[in-house]
Amino acid sequence: MRIRCPYCGERDNGEFSYLGDAAPRRPDGLEAQASAMHDYVYLRDNPAGEHRELWYHGAGCRSWLVVTRDTRTHTISDVSPARDVARSRRPGEAA
Amino acid sequence: MSTITLRRSEADSAPLPTGRHEAFRTASGGLIDRRRPLEFRFDGTRLSGFEGDTLASALLANGVRLVGRSFKYHRPRGILSAGSEEPNAIVELRSGARREPNTRATVAELYEGLEARSQNRWPSLRYDALAVNALAAPIFAAGFYYKTFMWPAAFWERLYEPLIRRAAGLGRAAEAPDPDTYDRAHAFCDVLVIGGGPAGLSAALAAGRSGARVILVDEDHRLGGRLLAERRAVGSRSGVDWAAATIAELESMPEVRILSRTTLFGVYDHGAYGAVERVSDHLAVPPAHAPRQRLWRITARRAVLAAGAIERPHIFGGNDRPGVMLAGAVRTYLNRYGVLPGRRVAIFTSGDDGWRTLADVAAAGGQVVAVIDSRPSVSPALRREAEAAGARVVSGGYVAGTKGSLALKAIVVVDADGSSETIACDCLAMANGWNPIVHLDSHLSRRPAWDAAIHAFVPGTLPSGMVAAGAAGGRLTLAECLETGAQVGGEAATACGFAAAPRDTLGTDPESIAHTPLWRVAKPKGKAFVDFQNDVAAADVELAHREGFRAVEHLKRYTTLGMATDQGKTSNLAGLSLMAELTGQAIPSVGTTVFRPPFTPVAIGAFAGHHRGKDFRAIRQVPSHAWCEEQGAVFVETGLWLRPAYFPKAGEADWLESVNREVDTVRSRVGICDVTTLGKIDIQGRDALALIERVCANPFGTLPVGKARYAVLLREDGFVLDDGTVARMGERHFVMTASTANAAKVMQHLEFCHQWLWPDLDVQMVSVSEQWAQYAVAGPRARDTLRGVIDPGFDIGNEAFPFLACAEVTVGGGIPARLFRISFSGELAYELAVPAAYGDAAWRAIMQAGSPHGITAYGSEALSVMRIEKGHAAGAEINGQATARDLGLGGMLAKKKDYVGRLMKERPALTDPDRPILVGFRPVDRAQRLRAGAHFLALGAGPSLAADEGFMTSVAHSPSLGHWIGLGLLRRGPERHGERVRAYDPVRDADIEVEICSPVFVDPKEEKLRV
Amino acid sequence: MHYSVFSVLGQALRGQRGWKPQWRDAAPRTEYDVVIVGGGGHGLATAYYLAKEHGLTNIAVLERSHIGSGNVGRNTTIVRSNYGLPGNIPFYEQSMKLWEGLEQDINYNAMVSQRGVLNLYHSDAQRDAYARRGNAMRMAGIDAELLDREGVRAMVPFIDFENARFPVKGGLLQRRGGTVRHDAVAWGYARAADQRGVDIVQNCAVTGIRRENGRVTGVETSRGLIRARKVALSVAGSTSLLAAMVDMRLPIESHVLQAFVSEGVKPLIDCVMTFGAGHFYVSQSDKGGLVFGGDIDGYNSYAQRGNLATIEDVMEGGMALWPGLGRLRLLRHWGGVMDMSMDGSPIIDRTGIDGLYLNAGWCYGGFKATPAAGFCFAHLIARDAPHPDAAAYRLDRFATGHLIDEKGMGAQPNLH
Repeated sequence: MRIRCPYCGERDNGEFSYLGDAAPRRPDGLEAQASAMHDYVYLRDNPAGEHRELWYHGAGCRSWLVVTRDTRTHTISDVSPARDVARSRRPGEAA
Repeated sequence: MSTITLRRSEADSAPLPTGRHEAFRTASGGLIDRRRPLEFRFDGTRLSGFEGDTLASALLANGVRLVGRSFKYHRPRGILSAGSEEPNAIVELRSGARREPNTRATVAELYEGLEARSQNRWPSLRYDALAVNALAAPIFAAGFYYKTFMWPAAFWERLYEPLIRRAAGLGRAAEAPDPDTYDRAHAFCDVLVIGGGPAGLSAALAAGRSGARVILVDEDHRLGGRLLAERRAVGSRSGVDWAAATIAELESMPEVRILSRTTLFGVYDHGAYGAVERVSDHLAVPPAHAPRQRLWRITARRAVLAAGAIERPHIFGGNDRPGVMLAGAVRTYLNRYGVLPGRRVAIFTSGDDGWRTLADVAAAGGQVVAVIDSRPSVSPALRREAEAAGARVVSGGYVAGTKGSLALKAIVVVDADGSSETIACDCLAMANGWNPIVHLDSHLSRRPAWDAAIHAFVPGTLPSGMVAAGAAGGRLTLAECLETGAQVGGEAATACGFAAAPRDTLGTDPESIAHTPLWRVAKPKGKAFVDFQNDVAAADVELAHREGFRAVEHLKRYTTLGMATDQGKTSNLAGLSLMAELTGQAIPSVGTTVFRPPFTPVAIGAFAGHHRGKDFRAIRQVPSHAWCEEQGAVFVETGLWLRPAYFPKAGEADWLESVNREVDTVRSRVGICDVTTLGKIDIQGRDALALIERVCANPFGTLPVGKARYAVLLREDGFVLDDGTVARMGERHFVMTASTANAAKVMQHLEFCHQWLWPDLDVQMVSVSEQWAQYAVAGPRARDTLRGVIDPGFDIGNEAFPFLACAEVTVGGGIPARLFRISFSGELAYELAVPAAYGDAAWRAIMQAGSPHGITAYGSEALSVMRIEKGHAAGAEINGQATARDLGLGGMLAKKKDYVGRLMKERPALTDPDRPILVGFRPVDRAQRLRAGAHFLALGAGPSLAADEGFMTSVAHSPSLGHWIGLGLLRRGPERHGERVRAYDPVRDADIEVEICSPVFVDPKEEKLRV
Repeated sequence: MHYSVFSVLGQALRGQRGWKPQWRDAAPRTEYDVVIVGGGGHGLATAYYLAKEHGLTNIAVLERSHIGSGNVGRNTTIVRSNYGLPGNIPFYEQSMKLWEGLEQDINYNAMVSQRGVLNLYHSDAQRDAYARRGNAMRMAGIDAELLDREGVRAMVPFIDFENARFPVKGGLLQRRGGTVRHDAVAWGYARAADQRGVDIVQNCAVTGIRRENGRVTGVETSRGLIRARKVALSVAGSTSLLAAMVDMRLPIESHVLQAFVSEGVKPLIDCVMTFGAGHFYVSQSDKGGLVFGGDIDGYNSYAQRGNLATIEDVMEGGMALWPGLGRLRLLRHWGGVMDMSMDGSPIIDRTGIDGLYLNAGWCYGGFKATPAAGFCFAHLIARDAPHPDAAAYRLDRFATGHLIDEKGMGAQPNLH
């Protein structure tokens, strides 16, 4: 597999490490509920199809990336810096 | 059976008569170099051939037709094909540590001194004792072993299975480490052309002429594909000459790379391809410094699949007898190698294509005795050609069986009327149509499609960026190969942005591929094999059908059809066609099994490349490594790091004595330890503190500039991720350390927290683990020692620089350094960081400065002893299953801030008071040794999971106390100081009584580190 | 038809013409007591034990393709019960005991071969971790031996003791561990279940799960609606997709694990061996091929194929451990899709929906669990109460914190 890092260009997937689904949003703050934190930490949609997911370009620029990939075909339709995706979210909204 | 050993016997290795000559070599012709004769041995017999031969062609030239024995029945087997699809002619090549079992003689290039042996036979190839298996063939039907060998149960491992295992397997692998080396390489191109036959050469030429970066790979050592095997014309030239001219033009193009002897074995996602180049396999041994093979990872924007097609055998009785060959292979041996596969050749064909063999045999001086065409009518022109050559023609008939013991002597032919006769011949050429090689385009989970015109599977929806050309795409004629190759090669280059180049218009001599496949003969005489290598016969397919194994995967797995080293290249479709007939379905409805990489088997060594032995993984050396080596340190692997474990001195009996001395010296005088392996993260920015507060579970808001603090990090699930220190070097500047094992993980975690969770924090961070060498200087004389290193003007006295102070200092006359007063040993201690380039010099300077104070270097063992004496948790305790509370760190967790892991650590099971918690242990009998991994049981309790109260995590011999001590996680441990429990360690035959105590064994009031 | 040496000889004399299909290729009826979704090893074993242990025979196993087409036919055939945590230990040992009697029980030779499973260690810390595990096994009455370097050398003298980057220091050995012919497990359970009246329905894909008033009433399939009082999901790799049909999100991700087989050769290695300093484990099949594997590829995937970087990583581990492998050739590599759970351990539990049962999250350990998973899942389905040996495999353990995290990797499935 090859991933086109927005900063470094197309690189072999061996340069990246994978975290998982980019949809769950951490419930921040002291008022956050344990049940919401449980869902954030443990529950996943795990779709067969388009999946937005977090990868880390550890052997490159150290950027966290949100990669949109089809889990059946591995076709990658988008790669964006995670920071940009995170900043564009409105509070409480999934990525 | 049990008396049979598979060791090489004496009789087997005795020299056989020599002086045989190549009786089946034609007087002239072929693409071999007759000026370069070569000598080789097969089963000890000296034989000869020429450069350009394969082992198979040379064997045939010498009249050797019996080459191996089959897997199950030990039937005599010869040479079926002339390519990588070969199921029968597989041999052990080379010897000793270079022995290569299951090597296809049809693709093994001949070299001077080549040594090959037949496989799976004893005592010899001609007289194979296990040929008696053939008598038991009625029992050894598909899957028989699932139905028996069950009684008595204990006999399976003891009797039945060892016998089966010894009989199974074909060749013998080398028993010694592989003496050769392997290389790995990466390549990038616009157009990858897979296959160097007429289609591939045309494609490469079209793409190359447009200026695209082209890589052309072909498994053969000589490009040309079927052009080398057939007598064909391309334009005004012979096919061979056209291929040579095309190769010459390609070689002249700077952007074209030709990789011959290279098999493209796998197609992976996103335009990644795996190929293996056999750099030195055509030589006796690789030249000095050259690899045996090279694994290529090719990244291509477009790929042209021009891998050709594989001819199909017929299924009739005794179709496995040596001398029965694919017709295309017969022509290859005749035309390319100048070898007559037989003197009296019969042809069994189901299409016009097989008839080509007639003229080729005649041209090479052989006699075609008969042409059996399964089609009801044969064109008058073909019939006339046969008559002119003196061959009989049987149309609408078939070959039912064969005769001969170790090689073909005759065939039994049934004509259209059903009457049979025997025709003497020593070679039978079968032509039953061609299967395009759809393996590679199937690797990305694509299924091939059925092409009714050529009665074969062709590529279905191709992977993105891949196009097929020529026979691989079902376009079987030479004219189509040239045409489609040039077309798709040009288009591939255009798709990459290159301008189309002019194309040659090439004519070829006419050919007909009219064909009506005969999937099996009506009434075979004898076993009719479908999968030759795995001895799967048509009757086995029928049995599978009868027992309900009708799905193709069931058929395959139950009968083992297609599971041999050839992966069913000549048998898959035959099996499907039989199942289609049995189930009354069309072949495409039956489906296909999944083609998987590699296309042909690839040496494991090639995938591994240089990553073996000491080079398996990179070695990271600490900055003091050279000095440690000079001192004779014993090193220990710690992840990729090689750390000094201890420094033995003359006269010390064992490691324990050395470690005890190091610990004693640190506790009484001073020691130095290289702690560079710790992760170091430099964190700066307006919000640096805010980030640290969110990733660390203990509070940092009150940390002043110039102070460091212990830090504990949780995972979001509430368990401890790692611990370290955070030092505040400036208002907005922090240095965080992480454990050696977790250095990269913590860095990644911090980046995650910053970039993903809290992107608005104004903070920057970078790992400086490699940039700074860091040394712990510990012991009562640590300060005195460091005063000799740190430049004057920096006050490191206890008042100016107390416990947990940190500062930027200079050493050695202005070299920037960082000094931290932190202690892992419990002694007065500092960690001094200097730029890595000065690491060696600084170490030596400290050793020199400490010399008057009796300094010792200490390694990871002494480091560990002292941290256990102090009850500090480390990797054995921070094992991913422990909470901060488990480790006695619960009290320091922040109450008034949100941080990673805050909520999840409160789950009921994580706050259960009954959880095992860190305490110390000492043996009741102080002379006894403790061992980590022992479990705790209440005194008097028998061993059971229910009685399990925890386990010992770390142990050390404490020279300070004079006995072994341990740390462990014990249920309600802190409430039980003074109580005794069993440390139960049955895997080391140990079971001792231990006393529970505080985990802090030395200086519990922490006075020493504050002086 | 009983299988024995006599039936084999008898059929040999009759040209093998008397054999019958090993199981009926049943057409689905419209209603069953229990519908098991998934005709893999687990689903078929569940059906068998439901019939055998609980007397339930009005059962269908629905398989979207052909039985055994998933992970039961894609794994590296290893069985063992060398787990270290109390939640796992009794379950896997029960599985091992069922393996030991399986062939006589189901009258099918699945080639259960207790040739020993040897886990190598390369550091003191690894040794102590194996000692912890081995001791836990011994406390549960399971065989475990901690070998030193010489003990390992006696078993596998051909591995690299001289020039290794991470020298072998010893190993944890479970002699009762070994290998089982994977396909035969599916076929044997299918035949045995079929003989007890279970309908095995192939080419029947479940497209929906029917509910009425919070209770399951049946499944919609490519072959029509099938009503059932109880529906049991046993679809490793696809669990989340089935769960999504009832709006259930699970602590599971689907990942691909690759497996490899070499060309067949005469006997080389007699045990199952795992490398402790890289991702590589290996055994030799009765046919002669070395069967080996390594780590998962590491990203969510429903494609049954892997990438080249992981393949190279596995081979590097192989060559580092056993440099004699160099000239042996890789014959085939493939991938299977795993349910990777958030703590690396499985789930056998009821769901929030009455009548819907879940057997999932097996990570790469599902094959060795086949008999016990079937046994315990059948118990749960029949009695609506967990079997004691599988009581820890609750779905709510992620909320309560009763995790079974053998590796201590936390809530990141690709690290387990």
